[in-house]
Amino acid sequence: MSHFEFYGPGLPAVEASELKGKLIVVEGADGVGRSTHIALLKEWFENTGYAVLDTGMTRSALAGKGLKVATKGNTLGRIAMSVFYATDFADRLENEIVPALRAGFVVLTDRYIYSLMARAIVRGADPRWIRGVYEFALKPDIVIYLRADVDQLVRRVVQTTGFNYWESGMDLNLGDDMYDSFCEYQGRLLDVFDSMSREYGFHVIETAAQIEDVCDRIRNHLAPLLMPA
Amino acid sequence: MRSDDQSGFPGRLFIVEGIDGSGKSTQLSLLQKWLESEGYGTYFSKWNSSPLVRDVTRRGKKKRMLTPMTFSLIHATDFADRSERHIIPPLKAGAIVLADRYAYTAFARDVARGVNARWVRNLYRFAVTPTIGFYFRISVDDAVKRIGGRDAISYYEAGMDRTRIDDTEESFRVFQSSVIDEYDRMVDEFGLVVIDARQSIEDQQVQMREAVAQALAGAPKMEPRA
Repeated sequence: MSHFEFYGPGLPAVEASELKGKLIVVEGADGVGRSTHIALLKEWFENTGYAVLDTGMTRSALAGKGLKVATKGNTLGRIAMSVFYATDFADRLENEIVPALRAGFVVLTDRYIYSLMARAIVRGADPRWIRGVYEFALKPDIVIYLRADVDQLVRRVVQTTGFNYWESGMDLNLGDDMYDSFCEYQGRLLDVFDSMSREYGFHVIETAAQIEDVCDRIRNHLAPLLMPA
Repeated sequence: MRSDDQSGFPGRLFIVEGIDGSGKSTQLSLLQKWLESEGYGTYFSKWNSSPLVRDVTRRGKKKRMLTPMTFSLIHATDFADRSERHIIPPLKAGAIVLADRYAYTAFARDVARGVNARWVRNLYRFAVTPTIGFYFRISVDDAVKRIGGRDAISYYEAGMDRTRIDDTEESFRVFQSSVIDEYDRMVDEFGLVVIDARQSIEDQQVQMREAVAQALAGAPKMEPRA
C-alpha cells in the first residue's frame, strides 16, 4: 500500500497509489543553507543504502530555459509568471519526481510548491487561487523548513553572493535600494511561510546553530520515515 | 473567472469560441470591421502573444513533451500574459476588445484531455468575464470538410496524445467530439450565445451584430486611426 496522495484532483493518468519511495522537501529562504544540507542528506541516504534523486526549482526540460529568460528580462506579467513557475514545476513533477517515486527512490527536493506559492502571494496573488493551482501536487512525506530571521539572512547574503534583484524582490518597488527592499521582501515571505508552516505542518529547524547541529536535527526528524513499516 | 468583471471597465469584451473549422475567426473579423465603421475603437487579442511563452510552447509541441497538465499550464501562462497586457489595459482604456478563443477553449480541450474540470476553472479565475461569449456550433464532420483533410491538422489539435489513434483525421474526430461535448455543457454554465455555424456567413453575422449592438449602449467611441 502506498501512502501517497495529491492535494486535490492530482495529475491525469497518475495513480498516487502506484508510488513508492519517499518525497522529502527542504524549504527555506535564499542563503539559509538548503543546498549544503541537501548534499549532506544525499550522502547520508546513499550510505544507508537508498537510491536518491535530488532536484531543485526552475530546471525543467520544458520551461527551465524560458524561465531563465523571463527572470532576466522581467518580461512577463505577475500572474503569467506565477503560472509559468507552475508549468515548470508540473514538468519536473511528472518527468522526474513521479518516475523516481514509482521506482522507489528517495526524492530530495530543494524547495517545492510552498516557495512558489509564497512568491506569488507576496506579489499579490489570491492565496486561495494559487493553492488551487497547486492541487495537482503530491503531498510530501515531510517538509523540513530551514528557518532564519531577516537579520540572519542579511548577514549571510552580504558575506556570500551579495544582494540580487529577485531575492531582494526589486520587482515590487518595496524600498530605495536592494538592502531596504531585501529586508521588506524577505520579511513578507517569512510571514507567509510561518502561516503555511502551521497549515501544512512543516518541521521547523532554526538555522542559527552550527551546520553539524542543524544536520543532526534534520536527521532526527527524518529517522521515523526510514523505519520499516 | 473574476468577480470584479468587465462591468467596471468602460470597454467591452467580445469573444468567439468553437472548434477549428467552425468559421469563428471569419465572423470575428467581420464584426471588427463593422464596429470600426460604427466609430468604436477595437483591439484584437490573439493567442500566443508573448514571444517567450510562444517559444516554449512551440518547442514543447514540436518535441511532443507536453502532457495534459503542462499543455494546460503553458497555455494558461500565455493567456495570463495576454490578459494582463492585451485585454485588461485596453478594456480600461475604453476599447472594444475582440478575442479569438478565450478561457473556454482551455475548459473544453483540457477537460477533453482528462484534466479536472474544477481545477482548470480555478486556474483561469484571473480572467475577466466577457461581455458576450459566442459559441459557433458545428459537427465534427462539417468541421473536417472545411479544414480540408488531415494535412491541415496538427498532432495536439487532433488530440493524438490523448486518443492514441495513429490516423490524424480519425483522432481529430474522436477528440474534437469530446471537445464539443464540453462546449455544449458550458453553454448554460457560462451563458454562451450559441450560433449555428452551418448557416450562411451573412446570417451568422447578423445574429452576432444584433447581440453586440445591445451590449454597446454607453460604450465610448473613438476618433478613427490616422
